[in-house]
Amino acid sequence: MARDFSWIRPEPWGIHVVPADCWIDPARPVDRALVTHGHADHARGGHGRTFATPETLAIMKLRYATDEGAVPTPYHEAVALPGGVRATWIPAGHVLGSAQILLEHAGERIIVTGDFKRRPDPTCLPFEVTPCDVLITEATFGLPVFRHPSSEQEIGKLLSALAANPQRCVLVGAYALGKAQRLIAELRRAGHNRTIWLHGAMERMCALYEELGVSLGPLRLVSDAGDKDELAGSVVIAPPSALNDRWSRRLPDPITAMASGWMQVRQRARQRMVELPLVISDHADWDELTQTVIDVNPAETWITHGREEAMLRWCQLNQRRARALALVGYEDEDD
Amino acid sequence: MEAFSALLDALVYTRSRNAKLKLLADYLRDTPDPDRGWALAALTDGLDFPAVKSSTIRNLMSERVDPVLWTLSREYVGDSAETASLLWPGPDTAPAEPPPTVAEAVDALSRMTRANVMSELPRLLDRLDGSGRYALLKLATGAMRIGISARLAKTAFAQAFDVPVEDVEEHWHGQQPPYAALFDWAAHGAAPPDSENLPLFRPFMLAHPLEQDEVSLTDYAAEWKWDGIRVQVVRAGGETRVYSRSGDDISGTFPEIAQALDIDAVLDGELLVRGSHQGGDKGGAASFNALQQRLGRKAVSKKMLAEAPAFVRLYDALIVEGEDLRALPWSERRQSLEALIPRLDPERFDISEVIEAADFAALTAIRERARDDAIEGVMLKHRDSPYVAGRKTGLWYKWKRDPLLIDCVLMYAQRGSGKRSSFYSDYTFGCWDGDPDAGAELLPVGKAYFGFTDEELKWLDRYVRNHTVDRFGPVRETDKSLVFEVAFDSVHASKRHKSGLAMRFPRISRIRADKPAHEADHIATLQAMIRD
Repeated sequence: MARDFSWIRPEPWGIHVVPADCWIDPARPVDRALVTHGHADHARGGHGRTFATPETLAIMKLRYATDEGAVPTPYHEAVALPGGVRATWIPAGHVLGSAQILLEHAGERIIVTGDFKRRPDPTCLPFEVTPCDVLITEATFGLPVFRHPSSEQEIGKLLSALAANPQRCVLVGAYALGKAQRLIAELRRAGHNRTIWLHGAMERMCALYEELGVSLGPLRLVSDAGDKDELAGSVVIAPPSALNDRWSRRLPDPITAMASGWMQVRQRARQRMVELPLVISDHADWDELTQTVIDVNPAETWITHGREEAMLRWCQLNQRRARALALVGYEDEDD
Repeated sequence: MEAFSALLDALVYTRSRNAKLKLLADYLRDTPDPDRGWALAALTDGLDFPAVKSSTIRNLMSERVDPVLWTLSREYVGDSAETASLLWPGPDTAPAEPPPTVAEAVDALSRMTRANVMSELPRLLDRLDGSGRYALLKLATGAMRIGISARLAKTAFAQAFDVPVEDVEEHWHGQQPPYAALFDWAAHGAAPPDSENLPLFRPFMLAHPLEQDEVSLTDYAAEWKWDGIRVQVVRAGGETRVYSRSGDDISGTFPEIAQALDIDAVLDGELLVRGSHQGGDKGGAASFNALQQRLGRKAVSKKMLAEAPAFVRLYDALIVEGEDLRALPWSERRQSLEALIPRLDPERFDISEVIEAADFAALTAIRERARDDAIEGVMLKHRDSPYVAGRKTGLWYKWKRDPLLIDCVLMYAQRGSGKRSSFYSDYTFGCWDGDPDAGAELLPVGKAYFGFTDEELKWLDRYVRNHTVDRFGPVRETDKSLVFEVAFDSVHASKRHKSGLAMRFPRISRIRADKPAHEADHIATLQAMIRD
């Protein structure tokens, strides 16, 4: 008889671990929250107690200015929760501190991946394949058209645009948490040692990354630049919302770029008024998503958010049990 | 192909017109013949490969990708060629042959038949990377949708070789891809292609919308703007052609017009169908709806010719019996046209009368009364204006009557294509078939996918997602709570729609989030607006 895994229950505003009365990445305040990573739509404030990796807690403290109720859960150290549930945080490769959460109860193992990717990222630990009975996976880029190119290739595009336009700057839209720091680290790895200029919204998160041991090289704020000429030939990083904002008028004839998995689709890049699309994503692409299901080889795959229809179809074609969970409140438009 | 696909990608992401012109001009200057000519044809829809259709892409992919995954992907991306270029499984080994040149690709595509396209097209695709596949499929299916009009391409051509754009337009027509004679002329200083004694299309003169409050009727003559389709009738070397606004040859669709002109001339006018509707007492025309029955048909039945005979109401004469009148002032061309009229078949040609009005106020009053006549509005033409291609400021104005407005309820939404891809941007809306408080129902009356700003589109997309009650494939049914003010030019009886109505040129005029759905208009209100 098929097991029903009824001790874990997906609700629209989060995943409920019933015997422990804990919620994973809940969209509303709860007594006990288990948080996968620091992006605001997953790590909301106001919970009684928040279990997360020390890095994720540091990110949340930066955002919410409080660490009340924070319970650090270092990677691989199992935490005993009420009701006979054990939870273990395992690297997910999404951003610094990001984790999958392994839940064990009554001899069953369920993994909630949170957001993840399988590619190397110089700013965080790589995803670890962990066997389980139910894999609850994201599917942000769960369509076979999404096959992200290598980040080296995309960084190469950025550096050539910079070299070809010494009087201009390249303004890259990137999430303030994770994407921005990864972009900087990848640029450094490609040998770009010049000062990288930041929008004010990036400053504190970059400083926190440095504090947590991710070195990012010379960074300065655009607001501290003497004049436009100082920025010519440089990379400027800003949140996506600032790309076409008045803010960008202070830049020397910027080439508008955006680092995001959505840039794969031409019209999506056009809609964002992007001239230089960089397909750099912190989410698994189609091949990574499907390979992860194959690698983890769970008895059932549950799909939380994204293009779940195509993932369901793939599971069906590959004779794998799967279901889609209708969760609300996760926003992935800017990745 | 690499240079061409790089050009396409760059054009997709470039917004400024000048930057697009520069990209195109650089490409045309730097690329060897005949690749640049083929590329130019591809960009201006001058290529057609009968064996390759957009259904070919679908069939090709159905052998390689699960159909459900294909549909989901296509729906998300909003473009078949791009979806296929992304989903194409890379060959297991490095391709044996280098990427084809544009000329090689065109040659291979033109030799494909329906019998072998499924095996030949993959061989080309396997030699290309993702961008190359996108470029090839776009070129093959002829649906570029990258915001390059023929006019922009011609302007870029003029810029590349520093020749006047009017000359490019004039010499362009009648030339076949890859336009060897055109490049010889512009790039290498050869004599322009010979166009005498050929019934060639001449670029139309167009009008700006009237924005000032009034113009002096001493300077401007007023004419009706008839609600048919603008055509150019050309006779030269014993042949007559009828061209549409875009320069398409529609002589086959309107043989009675092509047969009627027996004087060598280039004439500009409005193609209409006989009826009692437009122009009242003097040889009236039917509404646009009647003309629509005849558009887009390759073969015309005798019955059609008898029931809906076409004629051309002439606006202007460009060339008459070898004399090019285009540089002359409008008033002189008008005299030549008036002199020509008695020599033309009165069944097929008449003249668009000048509206006699004492002053602008009188003209305004006449225009107001014209609302019932299914006339599109009034044209104002400077009496001194030469006939020049395109829109030149200050010469011709169109003064359209105000659109009709009605409040409708959003019923269904579908994802759009092109720049609206992945947004729910195509809306079907309806009106009540009676009193909604007494159990009346909504009937769809039209569909529109423009009229809103990008910001409004984002809002609408979110609205649709949050108010979906059902899904039918790519279509979402909404909870029918949102009211649109819809603007349209006219409405006609139609058997095709359940409501019995068809709107002409509907667009979203305003989003009336403030208005409750039951206060939207009734079908009867629309029916009262029918004028045919």
